[in-house]
Amino acid sequence: MWEALQADFIRNALAAGILVSIVCGVIGTLVVVNRIVFLAGGIAHAAYGGIGLAFFLGWPYVAGTTAVSLLSAGVMAAVTLKARHRADAMVGVIWAVGMAVGVILLDLSPGYNADLMSYLFGSILTVPASDLWQMALLGAAVLAVVTWYYNDFLAMSYDDEFARLRNVPVTFLYCLLLGMVALAVVMIIRVVGLILVIALLTIPPFIAERFTGSLRAMMIASSLLSCLFTVVGFWLSYAMNLTSGATIILVAAAGFFLSILWERRRRRAGARDGKPA
Amino acid sequence: MAESIIEVRNLWFSFNGETVLRDVNLSVPEGDFLVVIGPNGGGKTTLLKVMTGLLRPDRGTVSVFGEPPHKVAHHIGYVPQNVHVNSTFPIAVLDVVLMGRLRPGRGWPRHSRQDRMAAQAALEQMQVWEYRDRRIGELSGGQLQRVFIARALVGKPRILFLDEAMASIDAHSRGEFYETLNELNRTVTIVAVSHDMMILSSQVKSVACINRDLHHHNSGNITQEMLDDAYHCPVDLVAHGVPHRVLKLHEDQ
Repeated sequence: MWEALQADFIRNALAAGILVSIVCGVIGTLVVVNRIVFLAGGIAHAAYGGIGLAFFLGWPYVAGTTAVSLLSAGVMAAVTLKARHRADAMVGVIWAVGMAVGVILLDLSPGYNADLMSYLFGSILTVPASDLWQMALLGAAVLAVVTWYYNDFLAMSYDDEFARLRNVPVTFLYCLLLGMVALAVVMIIRVVGLILVIALLTIPPFIAERFTGSLRAMMIASSLLSCLFTVVGFWLSYAMNLTSGATIILVAAAGFFLSILWERRRRRAGARDGKPA
Repeated sequence: MAESIIEVRNLWFSFNGETVLRDVNLSVPEGDFLVVIGPNGGGKTTLLKVMTGLLRPDRGTVSVFGEPPHKVAHHIGYVPQNVHVNSTFPIAVLDVVLMGRLRPGRGWPRHSRQDRMAAQAALEQMQVWEYRDRRIGELSGGQLQRVFIARALVGKPRILFLDEAMASIDAHSRGEFYETLNELNRTVTIVAVSHDMMILSSQVKSVACINRDLHHHNSGNITQEMLDDAYHCPVDLVAHGVPHRVLKLHEDQ
């Protein structure tokens, strides 16, 4: 492994994994506590339409995917704000239509189609240095926005009715959050692929939620867990010659089940000592 | 009579095409302790939400201190019906209360010293300061209710709106809770909504019954007619044996 670290592409891969982990920890926390996991999944899958669009028009991957992700996030924001009770069905429609459009556009694209599997399951080993700079910039922007609006996001996530009463711009923050989810999705697709985006956005925050006492701590813990899963998963995939994205997710899943077992043990121990868990 | 601080004029509200509030008029003087009672689905919570500015009326006007409610949000304290909302959320009691000091869009995630002192004072007033570092999900219903009232009080409101505040409080701590409300009422106007007529055992100053239409009485007494009007079916008046309240007898008794 240490010789492997000498190689540029390995170092790039690890750097990409860590950058993605930080963004996932912060955005994933907001996604989980606001219960918009399904919506985030919809944005991720609709992004496939963006990949198709980029191929069809000969655009760079980032341009097509960002445009379509932001568009679908905008539509979903409008739908969930206007018709809350039917929002899940609409998200399902956008989810499927985005993917279908992507497939058809790729059919219509002339010439050689690049390795599509790499967009479905990630291609952390082929991340170029130029992408790292984009990721770092995006990560910094997300951190700055979330830091600046931290109290407002906290109020909206915990009790949006009370937040509205205090004149917190809940609608604006909600749209801002979906926009950040869209940008995060574009970035995460690089590392674990769009099929597995939801896992990396949800598993670390879901584990962290039960062991942390504040939203801030949950974001930090999620980021650290995400780093751990990404690095361990990447190392395993390298050592055993497996697909990196899928390995990272399985490591995260293993962490998830371990955390459940650990919590049960703790609760049982607590019950034995006569203390509430 | 003191100056009126809440004015509701010819208010109509409908939800999914069904009229919930019909031509409601109400004025609440400063220092009042108004209880709005009525059957479930009668529009109590809706009226409260319209008065706080959370809902916009279809027709009619609501003014609080002469302004639309959202413009005077800093004078309004609101305690929601469901205190168990989001009970798995990773947040400590103190941070929930600090939410009541929020100045939106101010940025930078730090609360000032004054904010923290106000939060401590509110938690102490509600006798839940000892739970400040607990996670919100670890508290009982009654403790949560007190924390949510502290959150409403921390912004030093002039009006306190309570939606079914008694729902989460067990029977034997109710008396103490009403005492707290009476104490608060010395400095704050209280508007409480309840389907539980037990609340009338506190020092209520006026009562309104609502079931689409509103009947307002500027006294803490409640009559059988008011209840019949509001519930459209006979409801027995129950006296609770609380010495400071005597319910008016039915006219023909």
